[in-house]
Amino acid sequence: MKHLNWALAALAGLALTACGGGNDAPGDDTQDGDVSDRILIDKDPFPSTYTPLESNPVVIRGATLLDGEGGLIENATLLIEDGDITAFGAPDAVEIPTDNDKLVEIDAAGKWVTPGIIDNHSHLGVYPSPSVSAHQDGNEISAPVTAEVWSEHGIWPQDPGFTRALAGGITSLQILPGSANLFGGRGVILKNVPGRTVQDMKFPDAPYTLKMACGENPKRVYGYGGGRFPGGAPYSRMGNIAGYRTAWAEAVEYKRKLDSYIDEGGDPPARNLEMETLVGVLDGDILVHMHCYRADEMAQILDMAEEFGYTVSSFHHAVESYKIADKLAEAGACSSMWADWWGFKMEAYDGVRENIPMVHAAGACAIVHSDSDIGIQRLNQEAAKALSDGRRVGIEISKAEAWTWLSLNPAKSLGIDGQTGSIAVGKDADIVIWDGDPFSVYTQAEQVFIDGAVVFDRNEPALQPVMDFELGQPGEGDMK
Amino acid sequence: MIFKTLLTGAAALAFTTGAALAQTVAITNAKAWTGTSQGTVDNATIIVVDGAVAEVRTGSAALPSGADVVDADGSWVTPGIIAPFTRIGLVEVGAEDTTNDISAGSSPYSVALKAADGFNPAATTVPITRLEGVTRIIVAPGTGNDLFAGKGMVADTSGAMDSILDDDAFVFIRMGEAGASQAGGSRSAAWTRLRAALSDARTFPARYLSHDAGDALTRVDAQAFGPAARGRQLILVEAHRASDIARLIDLARTAPELNMAIVGGDEAWMVAEDLAESKIPVILDPFQNLPASFQQLGASQENAARLIEAGVVTAFAHLADDGHQARLVLQSAGNAVANGVDHDDALAAITVAPAAIFGLENLGTIAPGAIADLVVWDGDPLEVMSAPTHIFIAGEEQSLESRQTRLRDRYLGLDNGDLPFAYKRGEAPE
Repeated sequence: MKHLNWALAALAGLALTACGGGNDAPGDDTQDGDVSDRILIDKDPFPSTYTPLESNPVVIRGATLLDGEGGLIENATLLIEDGDITAFGAPDAVEIPTDNDKLVEIDAAGKWVTPGIIDNHSHLGVYPSPSVSAHQDGNEISAPVTAEVWSEHGIWPQDPGFTRALAGGITSLQILPGSANLFGGRGVILKNVPGRTVQDMKFPDAPYTLKMACGENPKRVYGYGGGRFPGGAPYSRMGNIAGYRTAWAEAVEYKRKLDSYIDEGGDPPARNLEMETLVGVLDGDILVHMHCYRADEMAQILDMAEEFGYTVSSFHHAVESYKIADKLAEAGACSSMWADWWGFKMEAYDGVRENIPMVHAAGACAIVHSDSDIGIQRLNQEAAKALSDGRRVGIEISKAEAWTWLSLNPAKSLGIDGQTGSIAVGKDADIVIWDGDPFSVYTQAEQVFIDGAVVFDRNEPALQPVMDFELGQPGEGDMK
Repeated sequence: MIFKTLLTGAAALAFTTGAALAQTVAITNAKAWTGTSQGTVDNATIIVVDGAVAEVRTGSAALPSGADVVDADGSWVTPGIIAPFTRIGLVEVGAEDTTNDISAGSSPYSVALKAADGFNPAATTVPITRLEGVTRIIVAPGTGNDLFAGKGMVADTSGAMDSILDDDAFVFIRMGEAGASQAGGSRSAAWTRLRAALSDARTFPARYLSHDAGDALTRVDAQAFGPAARGRQLILVEAHRASDIARLIDLARTAPELNMAIVGGDEAWMVAEDLAESKIPVILDPFQNLPASFQQLGASQENAARLIEAGVVTAFAHLADDGHQARLVLQSAGNAVANGVDHDDALAAITVAPAAIFGLENLGTIAPGAIADLVVWDGDPLEVMSAPTHIFIAGEEQSLESRQTRLRDRYLGLDNGDLPFAYKRGEAPE
């Protein structure tokens, strides 16, 4: 019951509190009142103001279509109405409205149509271009546990990187805090549309996420920070695990108090932004995304998650997932991976080019991610490299299956697969028309649709966004 | 081409070393991209004798007796790829200082620091790079506490202890924001230091005999900078902003004896005509299209196409994590094609052009007399789904194995049999 209330509060974006999510102690009259009388925390104090751009109905004909769920249709017809996918399939299987004079017809013969790419690991906005000192907003390194910070509060919506990612076919993305901390803070999921505010970009009704980090980074930044700020624990991987467990234990206690208040009334616990995020995880509302390279560490994290009763949505970077892909499949944890990054630090030393297909082949959830403002522009090429490397060692995966690494699997890891991530009737029309086979290095995104509206067109300068920062600068409006 | 041929002696030496081991090889049925006026030769047979290309001919004919025959089955054969800016062999694990010899922030020396002293042919990065078709690497040191990083080198990727082709190939310096920061805080500080260093080096050793010190450089650094300051060695300069490059062009006009090339050059297209006229080549990363700093505001993926169109000798590099990922230079070249570069020019930018910039005689082409660095591909070499099937360095076929392939094979199928994975070793390397 209590979970239902909380979930509803988040879902509807409603503040059930009297005014703005305050924490005023309830009066005595609530002592025995209904659950609905409780003062609940506003779980959505920075609500999305995203609204899809105006669009006309569109029919795209003749393309090779990857549906993002493993299917491929040659000479496909795809119908978009009111921003949603309303029909797709063979030409004779799709009924096109004949009475709508606003219908836009696109001949895509020779081209490919796919769901838009979803990058579930980006720092656009929090580490934007230009990378000047004033723009370093992605790591709140003041303490190893900063679950109270939210990446959206560090995002600069004018980051030109968003426009480059758009030209690479990115339609949704997760912006994460960095990996300095054990708990880095909340991530946020965006539609890749230019906005004046980050709220204008926020993916409606998407869950929040929590960034956590394993291994070298937290212990380097704190314990071995060269005596620099802030110093202190953790000094070791032992300290990392102790740090997580201490915080989770505190969160369990905080949740007990909150649940007690919701169930039985009395005094609510004092607000604690850090605990609210962790309790959100324990309640299943907030999804955990955990930076973790080494196989042995991932296995320990899975045990810890079980100890405290939550699940890991995706391990990020996960360069050793190929060593424990069977265990990851069993746990239902995704791996968000690069095709071939390796060696820049010890925990990345065992990277192999076949990591992604080997994870896929074990039946685990494989995701291609970027963690890079350059890589995010060509994740299709990263998938192509991984696909071909896998095939060379006998892992037969079709291009249609491989596209799940780019859209449906990341959508699942972000809890938005009900709205986007594949070409399915009723889903958001977040799609890309490629000028050829997107597994070719020569292919580029020609048109990108988000909720049915063309937000990027390679052949139409008027549909190529230019961020404020680049106006009046060298190269403004240049083809990038 | 303004570059002197500096490496003839060293190249000939490597050639001889390889020849002692090399078999006679015939690659048949090749789609041979030659990098010469022959263009791409279909149905080609390439004959390799004593480590060098002896003949490129069309169609099948009698093959030399005893030749190892490789049937390319109609697929592409290219010269070995030359990665024109890397830190391969200088670093094993980036974040572990003990394994990282790229730069020396606490050294009293700068220009004299030789990358070759730290180069390890047995580094895991060497075969990992080779597997992507890269047979020659340009290896540059990184800057420590001076805008002068030191001396770069050229090596092959065979992993042999004698794989260094030239251990004193060029001087690498950084201008722009990096140089300004190293020199004291401004571009004028960097330029003053560069001009003073040129003067020190040009007057070495006389100045040091009479004054016992130079204005900018220690005795050791002044001596090391001497050949470059006198125009007998390449100066490779990192610069991005158009105005920084324009200053370098001005320097080249006032000191025409200097051999300079730009690396980075994100805004080079804005001064393309002047670069072409000054015959200053550019080594660029075709991925760069973000205003990553205020010196890269004009970055565009069309940089490469515009420079080539203007007649600038242009080579491609993959500059991100160049200690491990220089191998991605082929993907970089493919992306350049997607952004307007002709396919032939893109291949030249990772073969012919780097050979020209670094004076690598007899490398970068498939032609009679060329060192037989050859790669047989299973598809278009610039496609991300293609890979080499055979790699030759100076006529000697190379292993396609690396530490990464061994790790992969251990865990492939997650089948360890009766014992833990640690007992599964597959085929041990020779």
